Amino acid sequence: MKPMIDWRLVTALLVSASVAACGGDGLDGGVGATSRILIGGESGTELADVQVLHWGNAADAQSLDPHKSEGVSSSNIQRDLFEGLVNEAPDGEVIPGAAESWEISEDGRIYTFTLRRNARWSNGDPVVAGDFAYGLRRSLDPATLSRYTFILHPILNARAVAAGQRPITDLGVRARDDYTLEIRLEEPTPYFLGLLTHSASYPVHRGNIETHGDRFTRPGNLVSNGAYQLEDWVIQSHVKIVRNPYYWDNDQTIIDEVWFHNTEDKSAEIRRYRAHELDITYNSLAKRQLPWIRENLADELFIEPYLGSYYYGFNVTRPPFKDNPELRRALALAIDRDIITQQVTNAGELSSYGWVPPVIGYVGQQMREAAWTQAERTEEARRLYASAGYTADNPLVTEIMYNTSEDHKRIALAIAAMWKQVLGIEVSILNQEWKVFLDTRNQQIDTQVYRAGWIGDYNDAFTFAELFQSGGGVNNTGYASDEYDRFLALAAAEGDSGRRAEYLQQAEAVLLDDLPILPIYFYVSSRLIKPWVGGYEPNIMDHHRSKDFYILEH
Amino acid sequence: MLSYSIRRLLGAIPTLLILIALAFFMVRLAPGGPFDAERALLPEIEANLRAAYHLDEPLYQQFLRYLGGLLRGDFGPSFQYRDYTVTELIMAGFPVSLRLGGGAMILALLFGITAGSIAALRQNTRTDYSVMSISMTGISVPNFVMAPILILIFAVYLGWLPAGGLGEGSPKNLILPIISLALPQIAYISRLTRGSMIEVLRSDFIRTAKAQGLPAGKILVRHALKPALLPVVSYLGPATAAIITGSVVIEQIFSLPGLGRFFVQGALNRDYTLVMGIVVFYGVLIIVFNLLVDLAYAWLDPKVKYS
Repeated sequence: MKPMIDWRLVTALLVSASVAACGGDGLDGGVGATSRILIGGESGTELADVQVLHWGNAADAQSLDPHKSEGVSSSNIQRDLFEGLVNEAPDGEVIPGAAESWEISEDGRIYTFTLRRNARWSNGDPVVAGDFAYGLRRSLDPATLSRYTFILHPILNARAVAAGQRPITDLGVRARDDYTLEIRLEEPTPYFLGLLTHSASYPVHRGNIETHGDRFTRPGNLVSNGAYQLEDWVIQSHVKIVRNPYYWDNDQTIIDEVWFHNTEDKSAEIRRYRAHELDITYNSLAKRQLPWIRENLADELFIEPYLGSYYYGFNVTRPPFKDNPELRRALALAIDRDIITQQVTNAGELSSYGWVPPVIGYVGQQMREAAWTQAERTEEARRLYASAGYTADNPLVTEIMYNTSEDHKRIALAIAAMWKQVLGIEVSILNQEWKVFLDTRNQQIDTQVYRAGWIGDYNDAFTFAELFQSGGGVNNTGYASDEYDRFLALAAAEGDSGRRAEYLQQAEAVLLDDLPILPIYFYVSSRLIKPWVGGYEPNIMDHHRSKDFYILEH
Repeated sequence: MLSYSIRRLLGAIPTLLILIALAFFMVRLAPGGPFDAERALLPEIEANLRAAYHLDEPLYQQFLRYLGGLLRGDFGPSFQYRDYTVTELIMAGFPVSLRLGGGAMILALLFGITAGSIAALRQNTRTDYSVMSISMTGISVPNFVMAPILILIFAVYLGWLPAGGLGEGSPKNLILPIISLALPQIAYISRLTRGSMIEVLRSDFIRTAKAQGLPAGKILVRHALKPALLPVVSYLGPATAAIITGSVVIEQIFSLPGLGRFFVQGALNRDYTLVMGIVVFYGVLIIVFNLLVDLAYAWLDPKVKYS
């Protein structure tokens, strides 16, 4: 028998009541977590006898090896199976995880973690500092073939180790004793703790890997240290996990069994949700179906800010956009972002005039024309366009390239129409299949204007700022600014978080002066949640853990 | 017949080799590669990965390495599903596709032949017209339209059957997918059966049987059915291919983990080894199936003899 009233439920109710009293902040569709709990409150706060949670999880996990998995779908499962040194509260705040406390040296370069004595692997073995040291070394070992090593680059010698230039024993990680782990960093990295919630930093059970080799992630083999352990994994179908009875906080866990379903087909996902096969959908509903959902399932729709930036990139290595900031600015000013976010995408996205979405400890910069009216922007766009040498008889001829998708197409069409209407530009739009598109974009030959988007890897402005450094992995614009790079380097080496934020803000201002990109909107997550699911709290990273959820009687 | 089968299978080897070579080089011709992602890999990481998967070798050497692997029954590791080998993935996906496709095929034959025979017996009556118009609708409505409608009715509104997924592996999860996949085939097979049955019913030996006073049912089952099925049997080859490829759509709509979806995902992800593995697997399957169809022919039609 489950406890009749759970203390977490009571707190949740209290919190929600106070939030409700403060009123929503007016985000479109942001009925928020408040109405959720109140619904539960009305129908009684009894927990259901069966505590099984079904997530829609979009794509397959490419791997359940925390050091090989990448992408949102895999990460969602990893967060339930494993626990890093630190964890995240439902609201996204960094809280103690496998480590109960930590100290940071004055220069910000040495982190000393004290591990919980009661943390256990799913086979009952204690979780010790050596497991983390082993995990971090394995994550960076070239033999592991991890593709996400850059997450750990702040650790001393990490990049050289991952490149095979130094032995893995040179990595700045050391288990001082079973419960004390020391990590040394290259530079003070204020967001380092946040990185430790990423699966690349998770521990793995050494004996488990040595016994099973490449097959250690199979159901029955995998030993994990999170709130859950792997029960079943059917590729292209689902991953099923069950409680880890040895998890140190197992007493507080309510959900017994969790299913992550493959839901690549978004329409199919909504049908399965309506047939009560899913309790929570993946975080991006088909935009085409939003009007229907608003009409029929409004109470179950949750739209929340999400750490992502949608933009168009200009290829600045070739004409017409090479050495032509005026033209780029004209194009950026000519589009009415509110029409795009309110009438084309229409999920509640925020029109953006800057690059970095709202993150903690950072003031997002904006294009200087952000406060103007659209009429003023349009006028300025026409002036800049003319001064760049284009006229009605001699219009700019350009092309927007995007990866095949209904949503991207609609945005491209809208932007092409606005450019045509405001400036008289002759725009063609071209779509390419994803991998072809990446290849074309990367070559910087055929592209003129291309679609792009970025979801932050961690809750810090740096995960966005670093992208446009010269030669960066996502910088397909060809943008190379010494000034931008200089501010970035200053920020990276800066230990004081205030000064560091200033450097990053200056870098963003430089970017918005040069405009190698055209910001369009900041992302939102959109998902359906059944009224009987409790414990959902929105956070900007959209990270959730099943252990924080519960199912109400229904 | 045995020596004929062996000769046919040996003769298939060059066909397979050509298939493998074409697929091997074409999949690599597609722009983009398995390691392309939104964020380009660091050069040293990418070099390490390419070396680990032997993608840094010259193409001919990769090809020979692949053939060598095939001879040992090794399809190589998957690029996308990093914890699995291609052989494991095929072995995981094939049973699902087989149950789905096999179920649909049996259903299609059962209903298609029955409906077609009934329509033929009652030629130009109301029964005939209604069977044929239903089957015409079946052919014209594509299954990506039919499947969501069935889901809406039976899963969302009535709640009788699951809307998708494999669940705990219960047969219930396969009912709607099998029906959706079989419907167009039922329609097609019933039309084929009706046509050839009408022709057979008009032939001399049936008239003789009727003259002997045999009951209509007996004539149909004993004498008419076998020759009337010949066109259906020759249709089985393409039908199997259609069901295998058509199941991609059904697997997607019902979120079923069959080979078809592995194939599409593999192609999209440039998972070279996975795509190759499924191509080879399908190739062998279709060759074997064509042979079986030809052998069935010999059994059905005394005029056909293989030696």
